[in-house]
Amino acid sequence: MANADCIIIQGSNMAECHPVGFQWVSEAKARGARIIHVDPRFTRTTAIADKHVPIRAGSDIVLLGALINRVLTEGRYFDEYVRAYTNAANLISDDYVDTEDLDGLFSGFDPDTNSYENSTWSYQTDEHGAPLKDPTLKDPKSVFQILRHHYSRYTPEMVEENCGIKPADFDYLYESVTENSGRERTTCFAYAVGWTQHSLGAQFIRTASILQLLLGNMGRPGGGIMALRGHATIQGSTDIPTLFNLLPGYLPMPSAGVHDTFDDYVAAVGTPETHKGYWANGRAYATSLLKAWWGDAATKDNDFAFDYLPRINGAHGTYQTAVRMLNDGVDGYFLLGQNPAVGSANGRMQRMAMSHLKWMVVRDFSLIESATWWKDGPEIETGELKTEDIDTEMFFLPAANHTEKAGTFTQTQRLVQWRHKAVNPPGDAQSELDFFYELGQAVREKLKDSDDPRDRPLLDMTWDYPVDEEGEVDAEAVVKEINGYFIGGDRDGEPLDNFNQMTDDGATAGGCWIYAGVYAGGQNMAARRKPRDEQDETAGEWAWAWPANRRILYNRASAAPDGTPWSERKKFVWWDEETGKWTGKDVPDFPIERAPAAKSDQAYGGPAHLDGDDPFIMQADGKGWLFAPSGMIDGPIPTHYEPQESTVANPLYSQQNSPTRMVMRREDNLSAPGAGVPGSEVFPYVFTTYRLTEHHTAGGMSRWLPYLSELQPEMFCEISPELAAEVGLEPYGWATLVSPRAAIEARVLVTKRMTPLTIGGKTVHQIGLPYHWGVGGQGAVVEGDSANDLLGVTMDPNVYIQNSKYVAGTIVPGRRPRGPELVDFVEKYQREAGLSPESGNQQVTVSAEDVAASHHAGQGRSAGGHAHRGGDSAVGVTPGRTLDGGRDGVSDGDGTTASATVDSADDRSGRITIEPTEAAEPTEAAEPTEPAETAVSNRADDGDPSDGDPDHGRHADGSAIAETEVAEAEARARAARDGQADETGRENEEEDD
Amino acid sequence: MARFSFLEWPVLRQLRTSDKTGRGESVVSQQTRDTTPRTVTADKVVQSVCPYCAVGCGQKIFVKDDKVVQIEGDPDSPISRGRLCPKGAASEQLVNAPGRVTDVLYRAPKAKDWTKIDLPTAIDMIADRFIEARRNHWEDFDDKGHPLRRTMGIASLGGATIDNEENYFAKKLYTAAGAIQIENQARI
Repeated sequence: MANADCIIIQGSNMAECHPVGFQWVSEAKARGARIIHVDPRFTRTTAIADKHVPIRAGSDIVLLGALINRVLTEGRYFDEYVRAYTNAANLISDDYVDTEDLDGLFSGFDPDTNSYENSTWSYQTDEHGAPLKDPTLKDPKSVFQILRHHYSRYTPEMVEENCGIKPADFDYLYESVTENSGRERTTCFAYAVGWTQHSLGAQFIRTASILQLLLGNMGRPGGGIMALRGHATIQGSTDIPTLFNLLPGYLPMPSAGVHDTFDDYVAAVGTPETHKGYWANGRAYATSLLKAWWGDAATKDNDFAFDYLPRINGAHGTYQTAVRMLNDGVDGYFLLGQNPAVGSANGRMQRMAMSHLKWMVVRDFSLIESATWWKDGPEIETGELKTEDIDTEMFFLPAANHTEKAGTFTQTQRLVQWRHKAVNPPGDAQSELDFFYELGQAVREKLKDSDDPRDRPLLDMTWDYPVDEEGEVDAEAVVKEINGYFIGGDRDGEPLDNFNQMTDDGATAGGCWIYAGVYAGGQNMAARRKPRDEQDETAGEWAWAWPANRRILYNRASAAPDGTPWSERKKFVWWDEETGKWTGKDVPDFPIERAPAAKSDQAYGGPAHLDGDDPFIMQADGKGWLFAPSGMIDGPIPTHYEPQESTVANPLYSQQNSPTRMVMRREDNLSAPGAGVPGSEVFPYVFTTYRLTEHHTAGGMSRWLPYLSELQPEMFCEISPELAAEVGLEPYGWATLVSPRAAIEARVLVTKRMTPLTIGGKTVHQIGLPYHWGVGGQGAVVEGDSANDLLGVTMDPNVYIQNSKYVAGTIVPGRRPRGPELVDFVEKYQREAGLSPESGNQQVTVSAEDVAASHHAGQGRSAGGHAHRGGDSAVGVTPGRTLDGGRDGVSDGDGTTASATVDSADDRSGRITIEPTEAAEPTEAAEPTEPAETAVSNRADDGDPSDGDPDHGRHADGSAIAETEVAEAEARARAARDGQADETGRENEEEDD
Repeated sequence: MARFSFLEWPVLRQLRTSDKTGRGESVVSQQTRDTTPRTVTADKVVQSVCPYCAVGCGQKIFVKDDKVVQIEGDPDSPISRGRLCPKGAASEQLVNAPGRVTDVLYRAPKAKDWTKIDLPTAIDMIADRFIEARRNHWEDFDDKGHPLRRTMGIASLGGATIDNEENYFAKKLYTAAGAIQIENQARI
């Protein structure tokens, strides 16, 4: 970031949430960069910026789309970059219809499932499967012209009307990014959960990706899109995922009916027949993982024990799982350093869900609210739960902290850093490493005589690890397994040097292919600590970055198509004619000897068939995707829809909200009615949640610390002087905030930092809410009401992250009622607004004709699309998986309904296109993912009869979430997915953000 | 208390030491002189990484008598250049805070409070429940006959604050057991 000439921080308060990383923004400014902060609030980030652009939460695509529109119409894009490195010239299917022509729907919408059949979004190809292109960019079916058409009504006037941004501010932003992009200069974007926590968060990031590709800022120093993530190894826990839809290294979890065989699975990951990029080696990555987990039991004859992997068949995300708990469909729950009673949206739903469990294990440093909800949670106070009636068994296991164990964290720029152990854990505290090791041993011991085939995966698992004199597992041995090693041959047992050494014949093992190299040569590369002043700015010898210690992804794009640097000023990686290799200040992100002018005669075939100007090597076609033929559930190009609960009518389309968003129609998760609907006036204001410097997420690591608690002792709300006058609120007095789901109280902070905006002729007031406090918990230095109780659960269909940044509500002076009266108080508002589970949850609001036209377009295509493989969707384009991102398969959507349709087993993308939507009725919501329980053959046979009990868990009000944290993960992935992505990168080193 | 000396009268000390503003050597007490930073008296220092956000600031952990006595920023780090934010700077309290719990606690169904149990007992009890929950909600096939081979009886949440190696163990064990509802902070 320090190398950027302009930095746009949007959807992040970096100075307060990532203060030390922010020094690189300050550094860039000192070197002459322009800093612009686009945010609803004026914060300490804004104080350092050259300009504050206040924006209405949730309107980011209008703003970014208007920038794209003007860049295209005024010809300010980086022409040479766009033509060579993006899919601007690709022709899209003749059957594609844009949202401009269907009033907010794309072609292929199925109103029965509220999802898209995406075959009409694919490339046109020749008979060999090679994409057809129009180098003049004039064909109306070219991506370039489709973009122009799509964003033609995203104008400065629209920005003023919908975002509340003045034309002069828009002009300043436009001039800043265009003047600071090109051969000589680069612009960087930074975002955090201000972008991800929306029902179309992944599309926010994609919009920025499109703009950055047009401006030529991807893969270059000082460019990119930085995801500012919120936990020490939120990146690592996405790479080596404790996530339901992923296996390590962004391999998908197999899906029932789609990946029934290993061949099906590998075809979806990527093969030489479908890809030219590095996903073509998917079989080797998957085989190595299976060998790492099941060792000798994984053989060629049994497809390397592929059948030992359990299958998903829909969204089994944290919110769907909470609903399942409410229906008594889950017995046991482990919490590993997360506090959903405070940190997740609709906190009440989370706590009520816990009361349905048979047992729960909480591993943490102190007795957080998620450990004590049964004795002192908010529902105990209101009388909705009684301690003596709660059957849940609770285990609290004290955890070792970061000084008491050795191991690695992966920070937000993919840098894997080893921590040495300083001291032994106190008392019974232990690491998760030891806990899982011991639990695995105990379970295996108890099952050791089992002849049940269901137990084979546990018994055949490789689970022998060296322990030290304290009896603790040697974390370095685990790093070695993650890195991978040779099996048999001359180098038997030696660590792999890189992932290109992985094979699909069982001769290598590797727990996470993208981490191959972290233990190269038997050296713990993550523990490298060469001081910064003893190396250059890239600092390549400080720890290790995946992949291959590369600090900027897709850095081949930092050179022109002919391999020379775009400019001396932005020189980074280039082609060295003399040696016939790529070289530079970073590890080149390209086949090292593949010349710039190299051309392949085929559009697939693995890395050897990348053209010399295909910098986006994880894309099936090597190009940055301005238009995403696959990989996005909710559309190939970002489109503005109003947030759930918005009180503003969508000025662009009749389609008010995202038609594919995942809603949960439940009595305990009510939504405001939406713009123009009677009852919406009951909740006229916008709540938007955020973090403070002095606290961390749900408070488990900060509210128990005296220093931090003293610095930020009390829950408060930030409001403008105008709103304070309108409502009658006194500074530092009390206010009660009410959403359709809950009511909380907070101290009032009246400040001009909150700017009332004029939207569509009306004043919109936004209220800022930090979300670190909670009620209950034992030993916390400070407590307070939880902002996340106010939130509802409405999710992005790509990544299942909830909308936390736009919540409808109202505010009144004084403290909230206590005890049972609080429930009555909230119900009064719900009645006044006439809320029901249907409120605000209408998926489609365009005319029946447009729906039919969209559906028809998709159907025409779908037969052909699935029937032949190289057909319409070009070569490998479909699969589209990108490194960081993840898998699209991942995205399966489905929601909670039992009716999830898995679409097309032969969809190469491997994606389950299910219907993201969810559960139409509360009753249905009741059974999340479960495909008819009765049809399932249960071993224990009994299954869980109670599973579908629709009564449980439905109470009025819900409340909700957020740990802010970010979902980013995947969101970023998504961004990545199109090629762009993630660059996360780091800029020369230091990066960071 | 030190013996009184006229020469130690503050004004004379100030004149004698050319400490014009009176904020330097002339106002340093013996007690201050005798005080040394914990960073100097530590037995050892190990390099670590801050456990809060994802910037990944370098930390130096100062240890004396097998206790963490101080945590400072690591000036060698190219990411943080020695700086820590308020949370990172307070992280010594994450180790030594009075509210930290180091006992294993158990709450029986309907019970009003916790009781202490020992760790091996807890792990044994959890292993029994793990196996039972796994069997209670096992699914071999979906309604179309596609294999599932999974259990819906077990869920897990969290991973972004623990180590990569720990996430790896969790995912590996859960997956081998057929548990799929494994999630972390990246989903919110």
